[in-house]
Amino acid sequence: MLTITTLRQKFISGELTPLQFFDDSIALIKKDNPDINAFLTIFEDARTEAEVATKRYKEEGDKAPALLGIPLAIKSNILIKGKIASASSKMLENYTAIYDATVISRLKAAGAIFIGTTNMDEFAMGSSTENSAFGVTKNPIDTARVPGGSSGGSAAAVAMGAVVAALGTDTGGSVRQPASFCGLVGFKPTYGAVSRYGLIAMGSSLDQAGSLTNNVADTELIHNIISGKDEMDATTISPDTYPETPLKDTYTFGVPRAFLADGVDPDVLVSFEKHIELLKSQGHKVVDIELPLFEKGLAAYYIVMPAEVSSNLARFDGIRYGLSAGGDNLLEVYEKSRAAGFGDEVKRRILLGTYVLSSGYYDAYYGKAEQARDLMREELAAVFKNVDFILTPTTPTPAFKIGEKKDLLSLYRQDIFTVPVNLTGVPAISLPMGTVEREGKELPVAVQYIAPHGGDAVLFAIGKKVYDQRL
Amino acid sequence: MNKEEVQHLAKLARIELSDSETEAFTSQISSIIDYVGQVKGIVSQNEGVAKKAGVVRNVLRKDEIKNEPDQFTKDILREMPHTDGRYMEVKKILNTES
Repeated sequence: MLTITTLRQKFISGELTPLQFFDDSIALIKKDNPDINAFLTIFEDARTEAEVATKRYKEEGDKAPALLGIPLAIKSNILIKGKIASASSKMLENYTAIYDATVISRLKAAGAIFIGTTNMDEFAMGSSTENSAFGVTKNPIDTARVPGGSSGGSAAAVAMGAVVAALGTDTGGSVRQPASFCGLVGFKPTYGAVSRYGLIAMGSSLDQAGSLTNNVADTELIHNIISGKDEMDATTISPDTYPETPLKDTYTFGVPRAFLADGVDPDVLVSFEKHIELLKSQGHKVVDIELPLFEKGLAAYYIVMPAEVSSNLARFDGIRYGLSAGGDNLLEVYEKSRAAGFGDEVKRRILLGTYVLSSGYYDAYYGKAEQARDLMREELAAVFKNVDFILTPTTPTPAFKIGEKKDLLSLYRQDIFTVPVNLTGVPAISLPMGTVEREGKELPVAVQYIAPHGGDAVLFAIGKKVYDQRL
Repeated sequence: MNKEEVQHLAKLARIELSDSETEAFTSQISSIIDYVGQVKGIVSQNEGVAKKAGVVRNVLRKDEIKNEPDQFTKDILREMPHTDGRYMEVKKILNTES
């Protein structure tokens, strides 16, 4: 399997040049993307950067920057100066970013080439990419199924072999769930580890940018480049914000058994039990834990997230940028622009957020949800005194079929294991743990490791041990 | 939740809704609100917990201009739906019905 590391070795040895690889990737995208719809835009003009990278490898060899000549796909809610950043919304269909997100400027400095922007659920609201204004993305493993979401286009771009890594954003599971559905490694950093400057905001207390890759070593490489304090995002953390999580030879994993008892596909559970056996065979300890509040996270999430959505998306008013519909006066311009620019799910969440923040309901909903988050953090801190990681499946089911989930709450339940991670701000990684058979297709399923705040590096260490060494 | 309440929320959120949207959202938002009501149970069982500030706080920087004059002006103006020279144009703000 191609990874950033193997690709870089080929570039250094001259076995393959960045230009050849770029041309091959563009050819593959042109052939497969009309069906898969992973990419919204392709940057063919980046070929000149691949030419420069090819020359530089000849001159610099292994001294070349870490990502020189490596093509990456970028979720379309991350700003790249001079490129369209639509967040898969009609509202921003023609919006050109006027500056680089911090994650983008850091990737550029490391030599990465951006080959295109990827499809997603509109403004990152969804778990399937079915909410995109520009058509659904298909799962390359089974094109009748969704790739997950909201970073479904980024996941499909890697799974179809167009790129070796892609950037996504994760507000309630939007990197980990598509990684799970497409057989990739997906990572949600500790809140504040990665700057949100230049990410089109959804839930500001929840959003983090993370990568979708073929192995954990690549995830670590990208995270180490994009993370770190940024004066443009006051919520970014320093290395000393949280106590260091020590590296060990063997670890203790806690399994919240009661959490798995309801609504998880039996085949997913079989695969999960096998993963537990694998961990035990490697000398790790696996114990049962209780996380009663964690299990109710989804309810708190569907208060906090829409509340933040309704505030963040108030900026789209048809006046300063984005879609503008006509109207006789200012109020009509607002109302008609927002009616024409937003899709159903976005409107629903804005209205829901407006409700939970409105006078008379604020304390009952938003206030209580914020208190619940505090209690969940306390519950987690207590559990992490006894275990190093919490272990759950990433999603309760394998990839579902396009159009299959009609009921909103059953779609929201997709994120039951991932949203508590964002609510509490801890880091988590999703690793493929096996496949389950559906109608003759082997569909990937994944396990999620959750670490304490600041434990990003220890997740990479255990991930490389357990996952990368099996590849 | 009834249709009038959803219409009122839409007014607050500055989104024009069609009748069919209002109808669909009324039942959908009601069922979500029923679901998220669980959160009241979490906290009432654990009364007396104070809200804490985040781990990162009082992040300050010098109030200084770092951009060149006009560095972003053209790009920002280009994104505006209606402009007049260096000005942004908007519709009348007051409803003067005559």
